[in-house]
Amino acid sequence: MTRTLVVIGYGMVGHRLVQHLRERDDQNAWRVVVLAEEDRPAYDRVSLSSYVDEWDADTLALPDAGFADDDLVTVRLGDPVTTIDRASRTVTTRAGVRQSYDELVLATGSDPFVPPVPGKDLPGCFVYRTIDDLDRIRAAAEKTAIGARGRRAAMVVGGGLLGLEAANALRGMGLSPHIVELGPRLMPLQVDDGGGGLLRRLVEKLDLTVHTGTSAKQIVADRGRLLATLANGAELDLDLVVFSAGVRPRDQLARESGLDIGERGGVVVDSGCHTSDPHIYAIGECACLDGRVYGLVAPGYAMAELVADGLLGAETGFPGADTSTKLKLLGVDVASFGDAHAAAEEALEVVVNDAVSGTYKKLVVSDDGRTLLGGVLVGDVADYAMLRPLVGRALPADPAALLAPEGGAAGVGVDALPDEAQICTCNAVTKGAITGAIRDQGADTVPKLKSCTNAGTTCGSCVPMLKTLLNSCGVEQSTALCEHFTHSRAELFEIIRATGVRTFTELIAKHGNGSGRGCDICKPVVASILATLGTGHILSGEQATLQDTNDHFLANMQRNGTYSVVPRIPGGEVTPEKLLVIAEVARDFGLYTKITGAQRIDLFGATVDQLPPIWKRLVAAGFESGHAYGKALRTVKSCVGSTWCRYGVQDSVAMAIELELRYRGLRSPHKLKAGVSGCARECAEARGKDFGVIATEHGWNLYVGGNGGTMPRHAQLLMSDVDSETLIRTIDRFLMFYVRTADRLQRTAPWIEAMEGGLDHLRAVIVDDSLGICAELDAAMAEHVRDYADEWRGVLEDPEKLSRFTSFVNAPGTPDPTISFRAERGQPVPVLVGIPEVAAR
Amino acid sequence: MTAVRQAPAELAEGFVAVCPSDRLQPERGVAALLPDGSQAAVIRTYDGQLYAVGNIDPFSSAAVLSRGIVGDRSGVPVVVSPVYKQAFDLRSGSCLDEAGVSVPVYRVREIDGMVWVGAP
Repeated sequence: MTRTLVVIGYGMVGHRLVQHLRERDDQNAWRVVVLAEEDRPAYDRVSLSSYVDEWDADTLALPDAGFADDDLVTVRLGDPVTTIDRASRTVTTRAGVRQSYDELVLATGSDPFVPPVPGKDLPGCFVYRTIDDLDRIRAAAEKTAIGARGRRAAMVVGGGLLGLEAANALRGMGLSPHIVELGPRLMPLQVDDGGGGLLRRLVEKLDLTVHTGTSAKQIVADRGRLLATLANGAELDLDLVVFSAGVRPRDQLARESGLDIGERGGVVVDSGCHTSDPHIYAIGECACLDGRVYGLVAPGYAMAELVADGLLGAETGFPGADTSTKLKLLGVDVASFGDAHAAAEEALEVVVNDAVSGTYKKLVVSDDGRTLLGGVLVGDVADYAMLRPLVGRALPADPAALLAPEGGAAGVGVDALPDEAQICTCNAVTKGAITGAIRDQGADTVPKLKSCTNAGTTCGSCVPMLKTLLNSCGVEQSTALCEHFTHSRAELFEIIRATGVRTFTELIAKHGNGSGRGCDICKPVVASILATLGTGHILSGEQATLQDTNDHFLANMQRNGTYSVVPRIPGGEVTPEKLLVIAEVARDFGLYTKITGAQRIDLFGATVDQLPPIWKRLVAAGFESGHAYGKALRTVKSCVGSTWCRYGVQDSVAMAIELELRYRGLRSPHKLKAGVSGCARECAEARGKDFGVIATEHGWNLYVGGNGGTMPRHAQLLMSDVDSETLIRTIDRFLMFYVRTADRLQRTAPWIEAMEGGLDHLRAVIVDDSLGICAELDAAMAEHVRDYADEWRGVLEDPEKLSRFTSFVNAPGTPDPTISFRAERGQPVPVLVGIPEVAAR
Repeated sequence: MTAVRQAPAELAEGFVAVCPSDRLQPERGVAALLPDGSQAAVIRTYDGQLYAVGNIDPFSSAAVLSRGIVGDRSGVPVVVSPVYKQAFDLRSGSCLDEAGVSVPVYRVREIDGMVWVGAP
């Protein structure tokens, strides 16, 4: 008989419980009712701060959090439980819904702790816990921006992990944050004094003001501002205040129901997560196990899984919690793991504090120096993935050697780890499970490993370790382009650029494998690289032999061997006269005509020999190649912008045209699409493009790495409120960096994803010039703009190139007998002949 | 160009003139129309070898093999269909990506600066 499980609270831990239970409940023993306070299904609260990158709640969504396809799961959102009647095993929600249960799970999480500061409830004071909180902070920050003069400031109360994240978010909104921390250093729970000191220096470089060892004494409202006084006497003039001084378990409901509550809060549970009522469990941050409340997701997941297993009859105990953390805050890497504070008796500390390079590393080891107990890393956390699984185990080398800048722990090698060492602590995946998946389940890539084992799917910090494990298992992550070159596309680009080799023949002779002559993979890649480096018309000399057929005939081949023609219509703006020319060409050559998704017009059904006369007329009317046939910039789509639109704040059409004319003809590893929207309504769908520009009151926001297609991606915010000059300079660098370093057929989104450091790294390279290559990228783009010439005009002006556009070399003018058309909806469409004589052998 | 040209004495019946030798750039095919209405893709590889195979791609039915990229697979000279990218052995006409599929192979000669193609 199906019994009813009621889950109160739908955060990450509640979601994991339901997911784990439903995956294993083969007999459908349990019907699950989830009753939640928030209006949205469970989301990735661990990554809450990344919400401010895009303000898109979908990016935080957990897979299938609505359980829409599961009849046995009911999720009731926006209606919290207000009472539990333990005697009748019934709960009642705020809306008055009564729900009976066989078993009940409390997964109510925690509330932000707001210290009792006078003025804490004034307008402009916020907490930092939910998506709705962030929306409220953003709305307030935007309000302060109107009519603001000079620096806008905010105070973050709490200098822990969440406080630093909040400060970073506020900085992203254009405010200068003050961080107020009661403890003697930043992140007092995770790092020691030495690490905290370095963290403070690194953070202060980023225009944050740190106040440690003090607290907010009072906040008063003053003519639309907030004035805060600190216990040390400092006075701060503020636009807004965010409290992120830790959390408190949400145990109110349990208290009112008479369940046992821990001394410092939290619903008391045993190692099976049972509360003092045998039919009620508590899991996650609201539970108090052995006197401790865990504020991390990994222990919460472990509790969720053990309760789910218990409900299905497999009683297990709490495996213990890993409270390690690794994070990147404000561009500063911080990690702590195990016994970071050397609390164990007779623990020894080995510290390397390098103020010059800005790194702090500490290992806590047993008194014989042989067993690793914990550690703290600030500034450089490359060794974290290797060190954390070693906690509680024999050290593979002398502790000082493990901290050495050369080699370090990473040099020890993944082979030193035992099979039972946890690689992914979020999902409790061991090294043995991962190597097993590589060996027995054919998981030979990181994405496959993720889907096989769940490793790396929550915080992602173990992904570099997954790559290392793949390598150590002998899975070759080859970057060879094809059988003719062992190099990747990026390597070939550098070879061609640096050596001055300008023909395929010379390239393959000097840098290819053996005596091959190339193939349909390497030839177009080299053609694209040569085109970027400015080696004349793409159909000149040997270059013509490298082109895919589309580039070879400067048109898109369709299924019957005819081509389609797409003239460039920059920004989608076109005069009636030019429209008439397109219409006349289509009519006179009998071409099927369709509007494309990229704000231009595609003319289908042209034979090879029709292409030159068609283009002769188009070029005469002022059209040029639209590069619809190339791995190149296609279009820059635009909305109508401030010229006409009542809501537009910038002239999106003019900007789109400027960008399209600037980058037209740029060959790239994959096609490139762009968009410019004149206001936040985003009618140009710019965030679905490789680069998207959205107008703001103050300038432009630039988004990168979006695309439609099989794997749709939303572009991510690279920079905001920039002027037109900065915008264009940044796009120049983005495109050139992409063209130089991406793999063959790698679009911008996976290119950014594959980068070590992702979007932050990209921003460092092209905005902050961290690699010192921006001048070179700028010069390369300037050269592209200077040397651009219309490819179709180039063909029409050259009799030799024109002579290629013929169906039969021995019978010019004779139509290809395999091509025929019929009419459909008043237009010609191809007649597809059956499979012709395929000579079976 | 004249469509009809007298074949040199050393060629057997059924050969047709395709184009002057210098018109056939290495690794860049051309299409020739044969008297029976069939089509050949005539291709010179980088080493100077001449090949002629059927121009119709058996996978798409489009007459496009002459417009494919010419190169090699493990040393085998190939043309790659521009439609769905299957490679065809220029010597035998057989498809390297799907067993049992092939295109016809035509005889091809180069005499006195002229390229000729004869029936399979």
